[in-house]
Amino acid sequence: MKRRNFLKNMTAGVAIPSLLNGFGVRAHAANPFSRLLNGLSSDTDHVLVVIQLDGGNDGLATVSPLDQYNRLANGRPNIVLPENSLLSLSGTPTLAMHPALDGLRDLYNDGNVRIVQNVGYPNPSLSHFRATDIWMSGSNADEFFPSGWAGRYLAYEYPNFPIDYPNPDMPHPLAVEIGYSMSLSLMGPQTGMGFVIPSTDDYYQLLNSTQTPAPNTPAGEQLAYVRLIAQQSRTYAQAILDASNTITTQQTYPDTPLAAKLKIISRLIAGGLKTRLYLVSIGGFDTHAQQVETSDRTTGTHANLLGELGDAIKAFCDDLQFLGTADRVTGMTFSEFGRRIASNSSDGTDHGESAPMFLFGKPVAGGVTGSNPQLPQVPTANDNLDMEFDFRSVYASVLRDWFCVPQNDVPGILLHEFPYLNGMFESNLACTPSDVHDQNQSAGKSLLNCRPNPFRSGLTFDYESAGGMTLVQILDTSGRLVATPVSTWQARGQYQEYWDAGDLPPGTYFCRLVTGGQQQTKTVVKVE
Amino acid sequence: MRTLSFIHPPTTLPMSHLDRRSFLSLAKNPHRINYRIDEQTIAPLSAELEARFSRRATAPPDSSLAPYAGPWTRAEVIHLLRRTTFGFTRADVDYFLGKTMQQAVNEILNAPYTPPAGPVNDYNNANFTDPAVPFGQSFLNAAYEATAEPYRAESVRAWWIRQMLDSERSIREKMTLFWHNHLPVQFQEALFGSMLYRYNKTLRDDALGNFKTLMRDITLDPAMLFYLNGYLNSKNAPDENYAREIQELFVIGKDLPAYFTEDDVKAAARLLTGWRTDGFSTFFFTNEHDTGDKQFSAFYGNRKITGRSGPNAGADELDDFLDMLFDHPEAARFVCRKLYRFFVYHGIDPQTEQNVIEPLAQIFRNNNYDILPVLDTLFKSEHFFDVLNRGAVIKSPVDMTIGLFRQFGVQLPGPANLFDTFAISFQLGQAMAAMLQHVGDPPNVAGWQAYYQKPFLDKMWINTGTLPKRGQATDIMVFAGIYGLNSRAIIDPLAWASGLTNPSNVNALIDESLEMLFGLPVPQSVKDTLKPILLSNLPSESYWTLGWGLWQADPGNETYAGALRVRLQAYLYRVLQMEEFQLC
Repeated sequence: MKRRNFLKNMTAGVAIPSLLNGFGVRAHAANPFSRLLNGLSSDTDHVLVVIQLDGGNDGLATVSPLDQYNRLANGRPNIVLPENSLLSLSGTPTLAMHPALDGLRDLYNDGNVRIVQNVGYPNPSLSHFRATDIWMSGSNADEFFPSGWAGRYLAYEYPNFPIDYPNPDMPHPLAVEIGYSMSLSLMGPQTGMGFVIPSTDDYYQLLNSTQTPAPNTPAGEQLAYVRLIAQQSRTYAQAILDASNTITTQQTYPDTPLAAKLKIISRLIAGGLKTRLYLVSIGGFDTHAQQVETSDRTTGTHANLLGELGDAIKAFCDDLQFLGTADRVTGMTFSEFGRRIASNSSDGTDHGESAPMFLFGKPVAGGVTGSNPQLPQVPTANDNLDMEFDFRSVYASVLRDWFCVPQNDVPGILLHEFPYLNGMFESNLACTPSDVHDQNQSAGKSLLNCRPNPFRSGLTFDYESAGGMTLVQILDTSGRLVATPVSTWQARGQYQEYWDAGDLPPGTYFCRLVTGGQQQTKTVVKVE
Repeated sequence: MRTLSFIHPPTTLPMSHLDRRSFLSLAKNPHRINYRIDEQTIAPLSAELEARFSRRATAPPDSSLAPYAGPWTRAEVIHLLRRTTFGFTRADVDYFLGKTMQQAVNEILNAPYTPPAGPVNDYNNANFTDPAVPFGQSFLNAAYEATAEPYRAESVRAWWIRQMLDSERSIREKMTLFWHNHLPVQFQEALFGSMLYRYNKTLRDDALGNFKTLMRDITLDPAMLFYLNGYLNSKNAPDENYAREIQELFVIGKDLPAYFTEDDVKAAARLLTGWRTDGFSTFFFTNEHDTGDKQFSAFYGNRKITGRSGPNAGADELDDFLDMLFDHPEAARFVCRKLYRFFVYHGIDPQTEQNVIEPLAQIFRNNNYDILPVLDTLFKSEHFFDVLNRGAVIKSPVDMTIGLFRQFGVQLPGPANLFDTFAISFQLGQAMAAMLQHVGDPPNVAGWQAYYQKPFLDKMWINTGTLPKRGQATDIMVFAGIYGLNSRAIIDPLAWASGLTNPSNVNALIDESLEMLFGLPVPQSVKDTLKPILLSNLPSESYWTLGWGLWQADPGNETYAGALRVRLQAYLYRVLQMEEFQLC
């Protein structure tokens, strides 16, 4: 893999533009040498940027199977894209991209995009809400997880969060979501694991120490004060500010909402945040009607959305390259479902099932995983695409191969076992050294230790009570309380308690300590 | 601050419940409950910040106490409920919409009052058993018991918090807190459960009565006698503690340039000699009372209070003393200013002083210090309903926390699970303490700074340490809840939304919920950033309506319920973090 080294940076002359341009000491953190001294991210800190396509993206129009083109045209005569408008992909003769995805096509042809075909899950839901929750929580169709797959990964990596966070070991947000509120994806077993920047405006207000204007009234004056304190006290605000201020030059981005979000993310990554996960979304993919302009089907709603997506990703990747962070950033797109093979009479498509996902970035091994979807001769409204890969196989592979989670630990995070998809990343990928993982394990303050883990018959809890009401609870993956090994009122101090798990079925469980208004949750696995 | 060497033990004080040594060691009881209140990280206000907001201080509106004759709509009802109660629901809004403004204020001020049943032993647990009082039984008449008093005191505090949670359409609990701030006792300094209960009961019973009566009752209240050393005050060694505070902090204040003198403090201390308590009752000891005349300064018109002897000497001199204090015109102004800051707005400029404070003080005096006429005039005035006064108060931690519970209908287990009810309300107290307002334990005898420290006043509640704590508290109530041994108190977002007028319409849900939760209206552009949370960023509002309808038709279906719950939680997570939620 194209792992960055200092020498290469120096010769490329782009990794430390701030130094060369003489921006002064404030920019020094961009220098990889001082980066190491300052507890900032290092070359081996891997970052995942997740882009959610809200509404259910039409996979067949995003990446079209040329060998099925006639059948596709049979099913959607009113909206199918002209075959000659599709963008061919080098080395992949039977697949072509939507004409608006030229930016993504370029990245693909450079070997920086992997298409995973026919991703779904058994018994898929066609409800936006339910399907989104399934994708974010990683549950089966008939299960309900109150936590998200990414939140559980972060809880695995940083088990003491949020007690005594931020701290010198992890001074930065575990995850940053630029969006209206925290997604289910980022919910850990007990709490949100991410830092939400509600909007790009909000970010620039933070950067420029400005606030949304308040009315010129007594209430407005009070509001302005609370907002000022909110800005000053927002946990991680200073880290965001410091990281942002080290980056003064970026590549040009298109003027679109998604690009504006990715531009901020690139800046934060290059600025040295150790943050591993970034989440953004782009809405509008629920194209029941007027998916295309009938006068020119290469234009219209879907074309605009994919254009915004592809161009933003292209600009983002170019900027990563410019700022010297491309080797440690991977992107992933997902949508709650694909759309129906056959179109409807409103020149759109209804909710469907499986669809492709994109992985992008320099660490990604370019190409296609899976085969082209097989369509019926004349698709009807009842026909859907079969699933070839479970979306959690993609998550599992990202966790193992990108975040370097030992394979034995992945099922504890995803709460089920899934086959891995090999070959999605460059084969010589450098993993974060294990001492970083060890450091993350002890970052913050541990109030509860559950041992052994995994366990067979029972658990010993070492815990610190703040005094007063003290509980240690065992919850299953659906958040249901299955046991309360400790429930007492006791004086402040250190305690130890053994709990016999009895006939508790094997699986992942969460041990939660509740004491003094604080909670800490540790993940444990029961084995046969 | 306690001068134990000056104690002159009375010879006849009945010590049936409490031996003297125990009583003297109340504040040093070694049997503390060992619990931690979250360390508070308070960044001092920077000079720059202070200058900026002092300069900006917006003038309060110039409206007067003339009766409000404007519209009576949801906005006015909500404003009245926000300021006079600890949180309200849609049912309360609808109820008062069906009344006139005058009727609404009348009901809130004159709600029927029966003193609530007192606390019981709800604290016995695996690691502590009250040696004298069985679980579920009242400890109020039990003898002082050093090991149990920390629990009994916490039980009183938790009980008090539940009175706030359970307060109906009445101002009484809010006034009880007002008087607690004005006439404080610190629980940790007077660790004797039944005594603290009596103090709290005095405040509640007298909350809407006569201020002069309240001052007389609180002066002779066992907890106050203990807290400010009145019980140590004797003719041979007067203790000036209470004599000073009753003038400086309770009745006259120190807003005036001219002021009472140190000799006035000394004379008052001599006048107040001879009162003793066993923690249950108060007794007067003639042999400890200074029978000489008490001469006061020109500040009080050179009044001389004649010294008395005999069993009624103390009470008679106290009445004369209170008459003298309350004859001073500043007494009424001082309390009216505090009421104004507590209920209306922190800033009092000369115009407000003239248009509002002085007329209120006149009403107070004309009614011989009855409290209701003052509140009645204030809450029916055009000044109170002035749009410029709406949303202009920063919620105290109690307003924020109790209001959150009440607005979302968060339930405690109640009598069915006494210990959990205690444990959850105890933790609620801890959470408010982390935000700098521990009910029962203001920082000192002056009360909480946010009610007197000019010019910042209610802004003092909000700093870089406490604001995140407010956010953590709302997060916990949305996602995790507060646990007892077998139960928990948590926001049920589906039940809450179901109580709104039109929850299946996403716009109506947002409009109504923000109207109830936020201190001031937000522009449509802000609502537009909240809608995608409920709609999963889908453009069509019908998805919410559809989801709501599915759940309504099949309430037991977790697929339907879960889809709504996840989105409502994300919505509340965001909304309760917004700064507008901190205003009322």
